[in-house]
Amino acid sequence: MKISTTFGAMKFLDDFGEYILMLRNMAAKPEKFSMYWKEFIRQINQIGVGSLVIVSIVSVFIGAVTAVQFGYQIQATNMPIPMSFLGYVVRESMILELAPTISCLLLAGKVGSNISTELGTMRNSEQIDALEIMGVNTTAYLVGPKIFGGVFIIPFLVIISAALGIMGGWLAGALSGLITSPEYLDGLTRTFGTYGTFVMLIKALIFAFLITSISCFQGYYVKGGSIAIGNASTRAVVNSSIAILLSDYIIAAVLL
Amino acid sequence: MIEVENVHKSFGDNHVLKGISAKFKPGETSLIIGKSGAGKSVLLKCMVGLFGIDEGQITYSDRPIGEMDDDQKRDLRTEMGMLFQGNALFDSMTVEENVKFPLDMFTDKSEAEKLDRVNFCLSRVKLENVNDLLPSEISGGMQKRVGIARAIVLNPKYLFCDEPNSGLDPQTSMVIDDLIKEITNEYNITTVINTHDMNSVTSIGEYVLFLHNGHKNWEGDRTQIFETNSEEVTEFIFASEFLKQVRKQYKA
Repeated sequence: MKISTTFGAMKFLDDFGEYILMLRNMAAKPEKFSMYWKEFIRQINQIGVGSLVIVSIVSVFIGAVTAVQFGYQIQATNMPIPMSFLGYVVRESMILELAPTISCLLLAGKVGSNISTELGTMRNSEQIDALEIMGVNTTAYLVGPKIFGGVFIIPFLVIISAALGIMGGWLAGALSGLITSPEYLDGLTRTFGTYGTFVMLIKALIFAFLITSISCFQGYYVKGGSIAIGNASTRAVVNSSIAILLSDYIIAAVLL
Repeated sequence: MIEVENVHKSFGDNHVLKGISAKFKPGETSLIIGKSGAGKSVLLKCMVGLFGIDEGQITYSDRPIGEMDDDQKRDLRTEMGMLFQGNALFDSMTVEENVKFPLDMFTDKSEAEKLDRVNFCLSRVKLENVNDLLPSEISGGMQKRVGIARAIVLNPKYLFCDEPNSGLDPQTSMVIDDLIKEITNEYNITTVINTHDMNSVTSIGEYVLFLHNGHKNWEGDRTQIFETNSEEVTEFIFASEFLKQVRKQYKA
């Protein structure tokens, strides 16, 4: 038990050291800026545009479910809570927690597995070696644009997610007759401050960095065949998700 | 010229290369041969810098690779081309984009100049009308030729080929061998090929290095290899029952 714990701790430290080295090697002068820019734009398209539909669908339903469930709780309790409070609750829930966390957990699955599989396959089929032989800094060229692309575009996805979640809440509330549109708008606009939005964006930036860097690390250093690539993809999703939840708690504890 | 001097390489307790020394000359096709596990691929990967070495020295035209910093190594690599065993073509790019990639990354040529160079290299490896196809849409032999075209597009001084004939039929293998030899002689490239293929040894082996258990066992050219007294080399060359019979009858 003690030996396996020590081994596990050493493996974690070893991996963490390699992860830091990967990030350090990424900070190099590009061989040609236009090629890196092209790759950056490709990543924005792949991560952002490619995830827009699924993030939108999930966000609308999360907002809708939050509205319906909170509406039910207001009705179930005898406390004098105005129904307009529903708009406020959906807004705060979406901005502070649901939009950044649920969207990023979703992206950890979709984008994380995609990134680690892409890099793992490139490693396995010697495409990364081919780039190295050409003289390309593969960490900078393959990992850099993915991290920068993710950190740039994921906050936009989170903003869209928050907006669609709030709309989903309004649709569900209005269509089910729980609340009227003016009541929902009243709650939505009440005591609105920018600090919650600031926290949401901080979360989005940090989660985006964690998803892309952890997934790149798992894919870039893959050793073995198709099973190893599958395992790396699973580790990318699991580790990113744990990192998101852990950092979510830390951010909430520090900033709120 | 590439000079390898007393190179040692271990992976943990496994001592793979045990003091290998060799000289690979420009304009000559040099072959590294040996059984599986002899250390051929490791030597090739040490030479191109994918693996570091534990002891010894590898020198490119009087420039020791061990004394180079990362930037110098990267500059040296732009003088190298490599054909990989599995081709290592970028599967999301077309044939044209694959060959053009090194030009895009390392030159400031105009798009028209780059396309001219790409088309020249593709025609040099006898490939036409495949520019817009993906690697998955062409045959294994054609993929090898695209790999060669990509490897020579920047006019390399050094060309490395890892098992260039693996997975190819004998006739296509001969075409690839001839192509590599032609390009080596035409552009005075230092070419190092890692192979198991005895046809390659007999047809293009201007310098042959035989590795056995991590040691240099024999070196010479394709005409000398049949006259060697090395048991290991003889065993390797006449590995098949058919060749053993031919040899027996020839001796009789």
